[in-house]
Amino acid sequence: MSADHKTTQLDVPLSETTRTVTVVTWKAASVLLAVTVLYALLLVAVPHSGDTRFLLSHRGDFFQIPVIVLPAGPVGWVCGAVMLAATAFAAVRTARRTRTPLWLVVLFALAALTGFLAWAGAGSPRDLSVVGLLGGAVLWSVPFVYGALGGVIGERAGVVNIAIEAQLLGAAFTAAIVSSITNSAVAGLVAAVFAGALVSLVLGLFAITYHVNQVIVGVVLNVLVVGLTSFLYSQVLVPGAETLNSTTRFSSIPIPVLSDIPVLGPVLFDQPLLIYLMFIAVPTVWYALNRTRWGLRLRAVGEHPKAADTVGIDVVRTRYNAVLVAGAVAGLGGAFYTTVYLSQFGENMTGGAGYIALAAVIFGKWDPVRAAFAGLLFGFASNLQNVLSVVGSPVPSQFMLMVPYVVTLLAVAGLVGRSRPPAASGEPYIKG
Amino acid sequence: MSAPESSSGPGPEQEPGLDPGTAEELEQERARETGPVVAPVDTESRLAKALQQTMTSSWTVSVGAVLLAVVAGSIMIAFTNDGVKAASSYFFARPGDTFVALGQAIGGAYSALFRGSVVNLQATDFVTAIRPLTETLTYATPLIAAGLGVALAFRAGLFNIGGQGQMLVAAASSGWVAFGVSGVPFPLHLLMALVAGIAAGALWAGLAGLLKARTGAHEVIVTIMLNYVAFYLIAYLLATPGLLQAPGSSNPKTPPTPESAQLPSLLGDRFNLTWGFVLALLAVVGVWWLLNRSSAGFSFRAVGENPRAARVAGIDTGRATVNSMLVAGGLVGLAGASQVLGGVTTGFSSDIDAGIGFDAITVALLGGSNPWGVLAAGILFGAFKAGGTTMQAAEGVPSDIVLVVQSLIVLFIAAPPLIRAIFRLPDPNRRRSPKKTKATRNRKEAAA
Repeated sequence: MSADHKTTQLDVPLSETTRTVTVVTWKAASVLLAVTVLYALLLVAVPHSGDTRFLLSHRGDFFQIPVIVLPAGPVGWVCGAVMLAATAFAAVRTARRTRTPLWLVVLFALAALTGFLAWAGAGSPRDLSVVGLLGGAVLWSVPFVYGALGGVIGERAGVVNIAIEAQLLGAAFTAAIVSSITNSAVAGLVAAVFAGALVSLVLGLFAITYHVNQVIVGVVLNVLVVGLTSFLYSQVLVPGAETLNSTTRFSSIPIPVLSDIPVLGPVLFDQPLLIYLMFIAVPTVWYALNRTRWGLRLRAVGEHPKAADTVGIDVVRTRYNAVLVAGAVAGLGGAFYTTVYLSQFGENMTGGAGYIALAAVIFGKWDPVRAAFAGLLFGFASNLQNVLSVVGSPVPSQFMLMVPYVVTLLAVAGLVGRSRPPAASGEPYIKG
Repeated sequence: MSAPESSSGPGPEQEPGLDPGTAEELEQERARETGPVVAPVDTESRLAKALQQTMTSSWTVSVGAVLLAVVAGSIMIAFTNDGVKAASSYFFARPGDTFVALGQAIGGAYSALFRGSVVNLQATDFVTAIRPLTETLTYATPLIAAGLGVALAFRAGLFNIGGQGQMLVAAASSGWVAFGVSGVPFPLHLLMALVAGIAAGALWAGLAGLLKARTGAHEVIVTIMLNYVAFYLIAYLLATPGLLQAPGSSNPKTPPTPESAQLPSLLGDRFNLTWGFVLALLAVVGVWWLLNRSSAGFSFRAVGENPRAARVAGIDTGRATVNSMLVAGGLVGLAGASQVLGGVTTGFSSDIDAGIGFDAITVALLGGSNPWGVLAAGILFGAFKAGGTTMQAAEGVPSDIVLVVQSLIVLFIAAPPLIRAIFRLPDPNRRRSPKKTKATRNRKEAAA
């Protein structure tokens, strides 16, 4: 992920001459090698023959693609060969002191994924729905992506947002009640935005106004909102389940023409409103942060509040502003649970998604677009369970479910490396 | 850390016990003002530093915080209580009824909380009366151990959010030694199981420390990911016959812990309290010694305060990171082991961590990342857990309210100015300072 940044992380010794120094490490190549070896071990240790049926279209789709039946064994080894070649290429590049390009990592990941799926689905009479795999990933990534965007906005302004979990859960709860009462998913969504912003307001009150450590406030808010929503759930929502906790959900809106594109159509363009909003939100946040006056001020406050103050930026106000926007965005993610995924609220139903979103923020190096892709990766991980349970997996499913998290670990260790937060992130600003 | 930030900070941390003379103080103020500005602190030290805020608040503020949190809890109980709702429907006809109902609902809930966590005054014999207190300590045991683990990592500038994973692997490995090894007599078997648990927790956290030290991978991501890996690993072990699953059963649950590997009870069989609590107390002393009296602990704290300065001073920061995570994981591992060997001896499933890994973060924060503070915070939270259970059983108030009261207390304690504003308490900084204002004025003049 960091392949396109040449000199950001490591200190490059600059001499007076114009000698250019490119810092390369063997980390990327060795991680690729490690994954390749693991993959090969899997193929050797648990050999698996038979065919894998990749389903690329569903009945009723505009374009019908026949089920692609691939022999698992050869496909697995071909993918392995591609991975090995990519690893070798990365090693050669590193030896020549150039960086491993991003496309190589993407190619590697695609090969690994295809090989893995072919191996996992081998011999299964069921079809492995590629659309279900990818579409589900997009759907499941919603809370992670919105949460990560909220986290990025907050941290770029210098306020660590560990309360993403609280914002998601509070928003899910509020959306459930409002959507149930008004019978309108949109009203639930609006309420979720306000709920997320309300949690943010509390975060801001303590972290910005009272200079309480932001990590403390975040962690405690998470507990507080779990307690509040669970308490109200069992005291209010359970007795009045019909009126207060049966929400109206967003239905999928297929976009004409675009949704007829094979594979990508149903994955991206046959989704509920909240997902389209997400497609808009990611570039919008990026633009707002990097190309507007608002974003410039926000980042200034997050990197060097004193300097920002000196040139006349109201630090406290800017931070409040950022935190409220962050909460509102995270609130959109919370609405996913009760207006898209389920039609009722359940105790602690976000189950740690906020912490995953936090990981996505760091994985994405505090950049909205990268963080969103990291969120998508975690969404894929969450969805893998559903797909594999349909196909049935040759090794214990728990190990399959572990794979995405292990891959993240390896990626963080090998490809991302040291990540640098905004300089003043977590620092309360005390004027004077 | 008498850095410029803290000297102008909101908390009353600048309360010198012995006031030096005006001139001297002025000098100090100047020195602080012009002294070297601390380099932009990164993620590492902000944790350790501002944690002091929770500790330095005075007693009045703490009492105010508890009072406020209790009031907030009361409001929640009042609004959701059926008796209150019924009585308030005819409030204007007979307002007295509403207040009686309010009193019954709120008083009942809090007296149940007290009855369940401190002393049962309705009891007829001494053992029943004192039992709640021992229950509190039983609940507190894993909280203290895991809280110490998180606190120690905080002090080394690391946010150990992976308590869940560390507890799970510790529980699994303790359990494996307990069920899998047979024929070993009592104290040895217990010791083996304990060591296995502690070692597993240490390794699991050490892995995060190693990745951080070697590759710079952020410990927050790594520990969260390791939580998931541990969860699925345990799920696999529990679902596979011959590993952790109870023989002859298809449930993902282990067999009960054999007698020879159980922590013996501390006060006899009528109480649930085990020697695990003593182990937790020993851990408190051990961590205190480690942090304050050993060179390893010094290097942890130095790295936590300012990694760059630590490196300049010749401390191997990478090694300090790995070692601190090893110790932290070992402490969380103790929590996991004590659950299996003392808390839940009837066999466990993948929820054996019971959210303690995350509660431990709050405990560590409330305890100011200081071992004695963690002990106190752990006992307080243990009391809330024990009392919450009784409250739910006796009064039908969901024990979740305990989470609310608990987290509000931490929040309010961390923000003394807010409490002072609400209760109109005098600000200790302002009251005691004809000198200080003078100093400030002088400084301003000097600056002008």
